[in-house]
Amino acid sequence: MKIATRAGAVAAAAVLSLSLAACSASNEVAADDSSADAAATDTATDEATDAAMSFSGELNGSGASTQEKAMEVWRANFQTENPDLTINYDPVGSGGGRTAFLDGSVSWAGSDAALSEEDGEYDAAVDRCGDAGAVNLPMYISPIAVAFNLEGIDSLNMDAATIAAIFDGEITNWSDDAIASQNEGVELPDLAITMVHRSDESGTTKNFTDYLEQASDGAWGYEASGDWPNDLGESGQGTSGVVQIITSTEGTIGYADHSQTSGLGVVSVKVGDEYVAPSADGAALALTAATPAGVNGDDDLAYELDRTTTEAGAYPVIVLSYVIVCEQYDDADEAAKVTSFLEYTASQEGQAASVDAAGNAPLSSDLSDQVIAVLEGIAAASGV
Amino acid sequence: MTVTEKSGAEKVELTAHRRSVANGVFTGASAAAASLILVVLAAVAAFLLTEAWPALTMDAAELGDRISWIKPEDGQSLIQVTGYLVFGTVLIATMALLIATPLSIGIALFISHYAPRRLASGLGYIIDLLAAIPSVVYGLWGSIVLIPVLQPFYDFLGTYLGWFPLFATDPTTGTVSATGRVALSASLVLAIMVIPIISSVSREVFLQTPKLHEEAALAMGATRWEMIRMAVFPFGRSGVIGATMLGLGRALGETMAVYMILSVGLSYSWNVLLSGKHNTIASYIAGQFPEANAIGVSALIAMGLALFIITLLVNMAARWIVSRRSEFSGAN
Repeated sequence: MKIATRAGAVAAAAVLSLSLAACSASNEVAADDSSADAAATDTATDEATDAAMSFSGELNGSGASTQEKAMEVWRANFQTENPDLTINYDPVGSGGGRTAFLDGSVSWAGSDAALSEEDGEYDAAVDRCGDAGAVNLPMYISPIAVAFNLEGIDSLNMDAATIAAIFDGEITNWSDDAIASQNEGVELPDLAITMVHRSDESGTTKNFTDYLEQASDGAWGYEASGDWPNDLGESGQGTSGVVQIITSTEGTIGYADHSQTSGLGVVSVKVGDEYVAPSADGAALALTAATPAGVNGDDDLAYELDRTTTEAGAYPVIVLSYVIVCEQYDDADEAAKVTSFLEYTASQEGQAASVDAAGNAPLSSDLSDQVIAVLEGIAAASGV
Repeated sequence: MTVTEKSGAEKVELTAHRRSVANGVFTGASAAAASLILVVLAAVAAFLLTEAWPALTMDAAELGDRISWIKPEDGQSLIQVTGYLVFGTVLIATMALLIATPLSIGIALFISHYAPRRLASGLGYIIDLLAAIPSVVYGLWGSIVLIPVLQPFYDFLGTYLGWFPLFATDPTTGTVSATGRVALSASLVLAIMVIPIISSVSREVFLQTPKLHEEAALAMGATRWEMIRMAVFPFGRSGVIGATMLGLGRALGETMAVYMILSVGLSYSWNVLLSGKHNTIASYIAGQFPEANAIGVSALIAMGLALFIITLLVNMAARWIVSRRSEFSGAN
């Protein structure tokens, strides 16, 4: 009898801890940006005056957790503008978001990868949306910083091959010549390098390894993947887990969203002949160097990122995250909600509003206009 | 008795009729509650099987193609990945038990037979409280507070006891993990988590040792320790084994604490001071689930099925041991 009661208590504790864990992921978003919300609310109310109609009901999206922090701000602002509208964004992950969109359970998906022609997702989109199918629209760009913890050093220069060698366990000491030769005048300690990566599958890892694969001239022997490819080094859960390990141990190096790495040393990566530190502007520049890779006509704004760009000032280690929407919605009301909301998020105000909270790099005004034009076209086609 | 005799001519039933209705209702309710457990268990098993089926039946090559965390180029298949994880899960849980069981028995004995009564009840209460701490808190505490303290100790182990396979250092750098996020840390935190379970159950069992047995042992001139060996341990053995298995069940299934403490990797490595060598099934599922595609989820659920089976086997083994021992112990 006693045993059974204890088991009950243990089970209850386990359930409790699981639900707490589930909360914690989303809590971290809410915690740090009440000021951003407040500031952004002002812009939203300004906008409300020129928005002709007000929406009500529900609008559901799901997808990449990359966009979650920005989406939090966008939702809050848009809902202030439209108090009767409830917008939900379920950060189930890119793959989950695309699946939910394609089977029609959400109105739009957020995804770190564009729809894949190989996997038949464009065809599936025709089933879901009608003959015009679906398109990818860039919505969220964020630089990934290569961050490290060395006492007294705030910045180091490295080229992609050096970074690849460190993350593949080839360079194991901070005083290695490969690092020292790029950082004259910096006193590097004779200290073992502890490499830190993500333990969970993530878009950040995928973009970082894609950069290493493309830019390192073969020094990185793996394919781009959301899972860390080797069994070396330390690993942490989520961006916060990685940052926590780097912060607490000297001699560590890892990668994380740039917005989360304040207080740590950050690597400037070699682009062309210069070393470029991560910044929103550099990330936006990198996207202008990308080649369009849309499959579904001119409206499909998918890009193939060129990580080897030599454009001055461009920072090629970025995450590019899309929203995926139908070219035409059967339901005019749904279309109006989706397009108005996403027009707001793609607008300069929307992009600027999320910077404080999410550390994203705002879309360039050209790209922002382009995305808005596509969304207006979708609204028109759906009979709004 | 006397009442029925006095009422004489009229026969009065010992229980009123209404009572027997209540009786029936209660029997039914408790039977329903008991069978609900079986239904839930069957439902879980059925869910695991049906959801895991697509991954279990899919061709290994295609599975490797569609799931990013299975790397066929490294010779991995779903079974192989699961194999690594089962190894990691069992290794970490076993080490946790090896640490926790002796400590727990010590705590239980102290409370039941050594400590003054007031101290004992206070201590027992505090240990029960430990069981109420959410595992995510243990995980945070372990990764932020405990691990930095342990790391120098690991360095010491690696330097002076590195010849012992468990404590071997990394062959290329000659050191152990610089952060301490290793299997041994996970085991230590798990040990702390299962101590309250094992010690409180053991304590209850020890307390039930018949006073006569104890007094008889003492009367024959046994010291207190001899009395415990002669009277308390034989009586409590099955209970302690049951408690240990209960602890093992928790250690096997623990997700959050391991997830937050361990630097993960996949290998059959005994080097518990190196990072990136081990992972557990539960923590792996938690890490991969958010970004998994449909077939990936199915494969993860197949791993969950493996964990379910392991836990089931552990519990059955425990049952068997307990039932075998109980004949000798007199605990029944």
